[in-house]
Amino acid sequence: MENIFKRLSALNATTILFLLTGIFVVLFLYAKPAIKEYGIKFLIDPRWGVSINPNKPSNNQDKAVVNQDNENIVVEEEDIGGNVPVDQEEIIQTDEEDIAINDEDALSQKSKVIYGGLIPIVGTVLSTVIAMAFAVPIAMGIAVFLSEIAPFYISKPVGVAIELLAAIPSIIYGMWGLFYFGPVVSRIFGGGSVGLLVAGLVLGIMIIPFMASLSRDSMNTTPSVLKESAYAMGATKFEVIKDVIFPYAKSGIIGSMILALGRALGETMAVAFVIGGVFKLPEKITDPSVSIPVVLANNFAESSGMSLSALFYLALILFVISFLVISFAKFYFLRDKK
Amino acid sequence: MRLVINKIVLFLSTLAALMGLMFLFWILITLTLKGINALNIHIFTNDLVNNGLRNLLIGQFILAFLAVIIGVPIGMIAGIYLQEYSFDNKYAAFIRNLSDVMMSAPSIVIGTFIYAIVVMPFGHMSGWAGALALAVMMIPIIVRTTDDMLGLVPRELREAGIAIGAPKYKVIFDIILKAAKVGIMTGFLLAFARIIGETAPLLFTSGNNEYFTLDLNREFPSLTVAIYNLSTMPDKNLVDIAWAGAFLLTLFVLVINLLGRYIVKEKKR
Repeated sequence: MENIFKRLSALNATTILFLLTGIFVVLFLYAKPAIKEYGIKFLIDPRWGVSINPNKPSNNQDKAVVNQDNENIVVEEEDIGGNVPVDQEEIIQTDEEDIAINDEDALSQKSKVIYGGLIPIVGTVLSTVIAMAFAVPIAMGIAVFLSEIAPFYISKPVGVAIELLAAIPSIIYGMWGLFYFGPVVSRIFGGGSVGLLVAGLVLGIMIIPFMASLSRDSMNTTPSVLKESAYAMGATKFEVIKDVIFPYAKSGIIGSMILALGRALGETMAVAFVIGGVFKLPEKITDPSVSIPVVLANNFAESSGMSLSALFYLALILFVISFLVISFAKFYFLRDKK
Repeated sequence: MRLVINKIVLFLSTLAALMGLMFLFWILITLTLKGINALNIHIFTNDLVNNGLRNLLIGQFILAFLAVIIGVPIGMIAGIYLQEYSFDNKYAAFIRNLSDVMMSAPSIVIGTFIYAIVVMPFGHMSGWAGALALAVMMIPIIVRTTDDMLGLVPRELREAGIAIGAPKYKVIFDIILKAAKVGIMTGFLLAFARIIGETAPLLFTSGNNEYFTLDLNREFPSLTVAIYNLSTMPDKNLVDIAWAGAFLLTLFVLVINLLGRYIVKEKKR
C-alpha cells in the first residue's frame, strides 16, 4: 500500500513533465508540415494567406495535403489576393461544401497560398513593448507608494484592491477596452478605436496589478534595519528607495517585470477585442494589427490543412518564447525564493 | 535640492499610483453600471437563444467543476510527492520550477494542445475537451498550492505520526492533510476562481452552444466564450447581455477571492 501510493505520487509529479513535453511535441508534430514548407523564413515572411502563382509545378501542395483530412484544401486553394483579414477567411469557410466539390480541378491549376508569421510576431512584440513601457512606471509607482509612502490604513485596503484586480478575468479588460478605453485613446492619439496602441495600453493596464503586487512584496522584504540606518544618516525617502530598497529588492522586481512580460506575450482575450485583427504590418502605432494569440483565437477553429499547420507553428513559437522568458525569470531572478 | 527631488519623486509615485487605481476603478465602475442595468430576471431564466444566460452560467460551472474533478487529484498527489516523498531534491526542484513555468504558459497554447489531441481525433468540439483544457491549466496551480500548504505543517507532527508506527501514507492522509486542510481548500477555491474566468482555452475546445445542454459530447455552452462572441455583435441587446454576463462573472470571481482571503485571515488568528 505504502509503495503503491509512493509510486502513484511520483507518477503524478511526472505528469507535469509529461504535459509540458507533450504540449511541445504535439505542437511540433502538427506544425511540422508548415515548418518543412516554410522553414525558418516563416518568421520574417509578412504574407499570410497570400496566394502566389508558382511558375514551376510545385509538389509542395501534396506535402500539405498528405497530413490532413479531406477539407484541408479549401483555404489554400481559394484564390485570395492581397492581405487576408479575418472575416474573409471566415467567409470562405461558409462555402466550404461548394468548393470542396471542385477540389480536384482546383488542385491541378490553382496557385498555392503562402503563410508567413511576421505580422503576428511583430504585432505581439509591439503590443508587449507598449504594454511594458506603459505598465512598468505605473506599477513601480504603485509598489513604492504602497510599501513606502502610504500609511498602513491606506496601503492595506489599496493593496487588497490591487490584488483583487489582478484576479479579474482578462476578458473583462478586453471588453472595457473595446467599449470605453479605445474611443478615448483614439480621441487623444488619433487613429481608430482599435489598434496596436489600444491593445498595448489595455494589456499594460491588465498587468499593472500583477507587477505592482509582486514588486511590493519584494520591496517589503527589505529589512527595516537597513532603511532605518539610512534614514539615520539623513537620507531622504527618495534616497532610501533608490539606494537601499531598489538594490535590495532588485532581483524580485526584475523578476516580476519579466513574469508580467511573459503574461503579456501570451494574453489572448484582452488583446483580441482591441487589436483589430487585421493582417497588415502596422505603419503607425495606432494601426490595427494582429498578435499571435489573437490569430490563434480568431482563425483556429475554421482552419485546416496548411493554414492550420501554420497556426500550430505560431502556437509553437509563442509557447517556446514564453517558456524561455518565464524560465529565465524563474531561474535567474526569483531563484532565492525557494 | 535633495529635498526638492525627494518631494518630486514622491509626488510622481503617488500620482502613478492614483493613475493606476483610476484605471482599475474605471473598469469596475463601468462594469457595475452596465451590468446592473442589463440585469433582469429573464437573464437567469432564459437560455442564450432567448436572450438569457441560464445555459451559459450552468455550462461554465459544469466545465470548471469537471476541471476541478480531473485536475485536483492529479495536482494534489503531485504536490504531496514534492513535499513528502522527494528525497531526491534535484528532481523535486526541477518539477517544482517546471510547474511554475507551466502556470504562466499562455492559455491559448493549452487550447491548441487540447484541440490537437482531443478535438481533432473526435472531429468536433466537445464539453470534455473544454474541461480537459481547464484541468491542464489548473494542475500546476493545485501543485503549487498543495506544495506550499504542506510545507507549512510542522515537522513534529510528521515525526509524531511515524513514531507511533503509522505507515507514511497514513501519516500523510490522517495527519498532514488534516492539518493543512483549510489552506489547501482555500487554494483550491482560488484556483477555481481563476479558471472559471478563462476564455482562451475554451474558444476552440468546448466552443459554444446557444441551447441548454448537459451532453458533454457536444459543443458546450460557456459564459466567457459567449461574452466574447456577443460583445462584438452589432445588436445592442446582445451587447447588454454580454455586459450582464461579464458583471456576474467578475462579481463571482471577486467574491470567491474575498472569501478565500477571509478564511486565511481567520485561520491565522
